[in-house]
Amino acid sequence: MLSNLIVFILASIIGSEVISKVPQTLHTPLMSGSNAISGITIVGALVVAGMVGDPWAMYIGLAALIFATTNVVGGFLVTDRMLQMFKKKD
Amino acid sequence: MKQNLIDIAYLVSAILFIYGLKRLQSPSTARGGNRLAALGMFVAVVATLFVQNLLTPVQMLAGLVVGGAFGALLARRVEMTGMPELVAAFNGFGGAASALVAGAEVARFLAPNAAELMGGSVLSGADAVTISLSILIGMITFTGSFIAFGKLSGRISGNPIVFPGARLVTVVIVLGAVGALAVMVSGAGDFATPGFPADPVVQAALGIAAAGALLGILLVLPIGGADMPVVVALLNSYSGLAAAATGFVLDNTALIVSGALVGASGLILTTIMCKAMNRSLLNVLAGGFGGDSAGQGGSASAVAGQTVNATTPDDVAILLSYASKVIFVPGYGMAVAQAQHAVRELADELAKKGVVVKYAVHPVAGRMPGHMNVLLAEANVPYDQLYEMDEINGEFETTDVAVVIGANDVVNPAARHDTASPIYGMPILNVDQAATTIVLKRSMRPGYAGVDNELFYNANNQMLFGDAKESITEVINEIKAL
Repeated sequence: MLSNLIVFILASIIGSEVISKVPQTLHTPLMSGSNAISGITIVGALVVAGMVGDPWAMYIGLAALIFATTNVVGGFLVTDRMLQMFKKKD
Repeated sequence: MKQNLIDIAYLVSAILFIYGLKRLQSPSTARGGNRLAALGMFVAVVATLFVQNLLTPVQMLAGLVVGGAFGALLARRVEMTGMPELVAAFNGFGGAASALVAGAEVARFLAPNAAELMGGSVLSGADAVTISLSILIGMITFTGSFIAFGKLSGRISGNPIVFPGARLVTVVIVLGAVGALAVMVSGAGDFATPGFPADPVVQAALGIAAAGALLGILLVLPIGGADMPVVVALLNSYSGLAAAATGFVLDNTALIVSGALVGASGLILTTIMCKAMNRSLLNVLAGGFGGDSAGQGGSASAVAGQTVNATTPDDVAILLSYASKVIFVPGYGMAVAQAQHAVRELADELAKKGVVVKYAVHPVAGRMPGHMNVLLAEANVPYDQLYEMDEINGEFETTDVAVVIGANDVVNPAARHDTASPIYGMPILNVDQAATTIVLKRSMRPGYAGVDNELFYNANNQMLFGDAKESITEVINEIKAL
């Protein structure tokens, strides 16, 4: 529990440092990209749904898996679509 | 051994996420950064799928395919103007996933064969707390994001929806959630007697889920359209915190690290948005401020009786053609009118005539952080022509014409001096310092009790009434005909 808390705090600090330097122009891609990263719950869904052997956990976890995968795949793709439009003056 | 491999894979994906986000610090490296983060996700999923022993690989792969196909479909179909609601929807999916994973964990502890499944360990008090938090934050994110989705896509009114006693209801719900948490903690420690769905711990978990769902709805309903950027950023943060809470439930570092990164990111954006409106987060969440078409209250120094100068596309064409510097100020109205391509075309025509063209973007212009930048990027406006408020505010004095396209509060000079104005103190773009301002607007909308904009009544301001896209197209035609 404590080690988890340490990891959480350190990661939050790294996140703040990295993200506070993102320029305003990229705030929307930052949101959709980081949102895709929060779809990491996909891993949690795989763990509870796939490794447990309890039917209830499987079905609930499977629903979570579908939601999380939508979040991850859609989030990264739409961020890529946005970012390819950002061009410098030629 | 296997566990070590998985941990190493999670470390690799965490590193990829961090460096991916770091590359978002510049538009030239951003696309690569997003791919790096996607690679990090791929590593985490593959490690989980192939290194751990999955009992139901077929179902899991099917889930990945269904979710992936749906996500890809949404991502490809969306118009750039529909981006705010899509981001909100994806947020909601993430929140729902986190809540469901925590729910599945409850099922796992309380399964009839739990002793065998869990290797003899039981649900501890600490587990109960983390599971509750994960369900609560996940559900708030889920329903809150979908209310935001409804408001942003126009399915629900963009005006603040407030009702008397809303705060009391919120407090009661929070107390209910705390009560359910207490039930869950006290029920922890032994395996279920009546079996999974009927156990008090399950009932408590469902209660917490319901409380979270209601809180999410109550959080977003009172938020007016103009305040949506703050809420969208805040929900973004919650989706990260929900994932991190789920990480605590499962003791999974990958979830904790990624969730913390996203939580921090959303919180920073939330702070930036609040600062750009000179309001506290609490003040924004109290709601009731700024609807789709109207603000609230009204300034004491009402501008009744004053008149505005209306202008025509051909006058604007002449004014712009003979200017040496023009600054465009886009706002939500540009998004509504889908005028970004016309604006770019106008800028191109002016550049041909040797006019210097820049764009000034206020941090809260639009309905989500960076909204205007994405629309202008879609219209092929190079990002080095877009300037942030602090970079460009000193330049208006030397600007011949500032063209305001569907922006309102962010250019209202009342914010600087009118202490009675609800937007007093908000940093604004100093368009009124330009030699001439042109405001593109549908109409004056007489009669609504919104925040009246002083700028409209300035002697050097001209109103170009009509649909922004049509007006600009007419201006372009006039310039070509000159």
